Amino acid sequence: MPIVYPHKTEMPSRDPQERRSSWDEVALGYTEEQAVVEARRCLQCQDPLCEEGCPVNVPIREFIRLVALRRFDEAARTIRRRNLLPAICGRVCPVEHQCESRCVLAHDGQEPVAIGRLERFVADWERAHGGTPSLVHPVRRAEKVAIVGSGPAGLTAASDLAQRGYQVTVLEALHAFGGVLRYGIPEYRLPKAIVDQDVENLKAMGVEFARDVIVGKTVTIDQLLRGLGFAAVFVGTGAGQPVFLNVPGENLKGVYSANEFLTRVNLMHAHAFPEYDTPVRRPRRAAVIGAGDTAMDAVRCSIRLGAEEAHIVYRRSEEEKGARAEDYRRAVEEGAIFDWLTLPTRFIGDADGWVKAVECIRTELGEPDESGRRRPVPVPGSEFVLEADLVVIALGTRPNPLVPQATEGLAVDGHGCIVADTETGGTSRDGVFAGGDITTGAATVILAMGAGRRAATAIDEYLREKASLVSTAAERTGNIGL
Amino acid sequence: MDTTATVIEKRPLTDVTTLLVVRAPLVARNAAPGQFVILRVSETGERVPISITDFDREAGTITIVVQNVGRTSALICALEVGEEILDFAGPLGAPVELPDRGHAVLIGGGFGAGAIYPLARELEARGVRVSAIVGARTAGLVILSDLLGPACDEYHVCTDDGSLGYHGLVTGRLEELLAEGAGYTSCFAVGPMPMMRAVAEATARWHLPALVSLDPLMIDGTGMCGGCRVSVGGETKFACVDGPFFPADAVDFDEVTDRKAMYAEDERVSCELAEAEVTV
Repeated sequence: MPIVYPHKTEMPSRDPQERRSSWDEVALGYTEEQAVVEARRCLQCQDPLCEEGCPVNVPIREFIRLVALRRFDEAARTIRRRNLLPAICGRVCPVEHQCESRCVLAHDGQEPVAIGRLERFVADWERAHGGTPSLVHPVRRAEKVAIVGSGPAGLTAASDLAQRGYQVTVLEALHAFGGVLRYGIPEYRLPKAIVDQDVENLKAMGVEFARDVIVGKTVTIDQLLRGLGFAAVFVGTGAGQPVFLNVPGENLKGVYSANEFLTRVNLMHAHAFPEYDTPVRRPRRAAVIGAGDTAMDAVRCSIRLGAEEAHIVYRRSEEEKGARAEDYRRAVEEGAIFDWLTLPTRFIGDADGWVKAVECIRTELGEPDESGRRRPVPVPGSEFVLEADLVVIALGTRPNPLVPQATEGLAVDGHGCIVADTETGGTSRDGVFAGGDITTGAATVILAMGAGRRAATAIDEYLREKASLVSTAAERTGNIGL
Repeated sequence: MDTTATVIEKRPLTDVTTLLVVRAPLVARNAAPGQFVILRVSETGERVPISITDFDREAGTITIVVQNVGRTSALICALEVGEEILDFAGPLGAPVELPDRGHAVLIGGGFGAGAIYPLARELEARGVRVSAIVGARTAGLVILSDLLGPACDEYHVCTDDGSLGYHGLVTGRLEELLAEGAGYTSCFAVGPMPMMRAVAEATARWHLPALVSLDPLMIDGTGMCGGCRVSVGGETKFACVDGPFFPADAVDFDEVTDRKAMYAEDERVSCELAEAEVTV
């Protein structure tokens, strides 16, 4: 009987002091030995609740069993049956709210099995040992399917449809693929080589990738379905539009949306200016407004850009923060300062129009609001000024309206989200499916992947049904073969 | 899907301005007056928005005019016929809303004279009377007279030094023409920020509805980054998707001008580096 530890096996990571000036990946991943030790903590439950907690239902129990037996190759193939982007999910999934929250160990006073870390280990092991065999359906189907957006939803849908034999084209508005994985999540958390590799895998499966195509501008959904000959379209354009605070001084120089700040750094490599042409403000004191995943990314990037002090300013308390546990812990380790219960009321500029401070007021939590979280109420007389020469507003995003605006008859809800069936992704337009943040508002990578997967199944059914209707009609009129 | 963009014609307009005709069928197909494209010309390069000067949907071409003012624009101007442009994304921005009647005056300052051409062409096709007023520092910097002149009912040139046409600013000529009873019913201006501010002030005095084309700093051009936000009538708008044309009298020009200068110091560093590269 092996010794079972009550705690997760620690994952090696870079020293926090070193991290403050390095863009290299922070978490280093398990060794084979560490992975086996961790996998042996799994009780191999009869009824694995963890799998219910996974939006794409990865066979978690089985892959962990294989890791414990050192059958890493089989573990990788087991994961891939349900998840084609395990190296990404193993790094960015909010496991504490999903699979790991359902682990029986966690309900038994221990720490759950480190499912995310094991998934990452298996995916990295596979990449290091010869990569991924591409799984293409032997029968090629004639229908072309367009995937709008190359983020997690689009990549998953593309992969599933290519496996079923369809001719898939992914259309990306930017000059590099991956969507939020490219422009949003920083290199130290998700190395872009992993995203590149996953895109290359899809290309090897026959998926065509087209960049600089802004659907709604360069081509419309109607042009895709009519002139360009696509039989179905999947819209996975994400929640790309930044939300601002609407307080005075928000347009001062040095005030960024998190989207802009992170895009400058991640997509445009502004941290490497002037080697790369795109610049970004080099902060001395940074203030990031918000406490979700994106806020943690922004505060940790600002530290890496040289901020001596980097603050998170959040109007609620630590308990209500949206960030993943791991990213929050990393931010703390790297020296971010957390101003909980603090509401920014305006940004103060210097004589040259640069932001120099944030005026704030302290809050206390009152009754729960619509979101179910306790509403922050300003405390009179508690105003103070926080010095900051870089401000990043990370309050979330709204769906990008470009596609809905340019597509007649595509229904959206009051938040601008495309109305789509949660099971099929079907929209108000025939042949148009949607999934991910464009239908739900800002959520997670894995939820978008789940939606991409369900839509791929529904698109397959839709196209098969259409094909059978056509062939039935042909039989009736005796037009077979023409 | 063919997303390539190839330079098929190149014409230097002045010492610092180059016209490129780019074969980019996908971009040309949906192009409309008032829109722009975003270019990237090197793997380490930035994304730069450039107004569309002309488009031909049948031929699949987009014409742009580029002023050599920085590291990236120097690289664009150095492109030769037959070369492919690394990234050429568009058409972006909302097409400008043009009138169906009346007398429109188009104002182009410097290389902005290129950007008013598609408006002139469309207005002419709609049967709207079109006058153009173009301005430059000196005669040698006046561009595209051959293109713009024939597309307009009236064509006025102004130079700061008086070397060609009216001696003075475009707004001086505009107010002179208004005073003479030109009877303009709408105005569209593209040019440097101080010129557009002056146009806003002049047209306000004459109660002439005017739209100006703003070109703040941009990255994605699809409404994702918010870097191009401008205050219009006290509301924050994104120039890349809500614009680039906005009502002149509602624009906060101080803010646009200030935000455009955000990376002035970095741009200087970048230009010096580019010059050093050329010298080496």
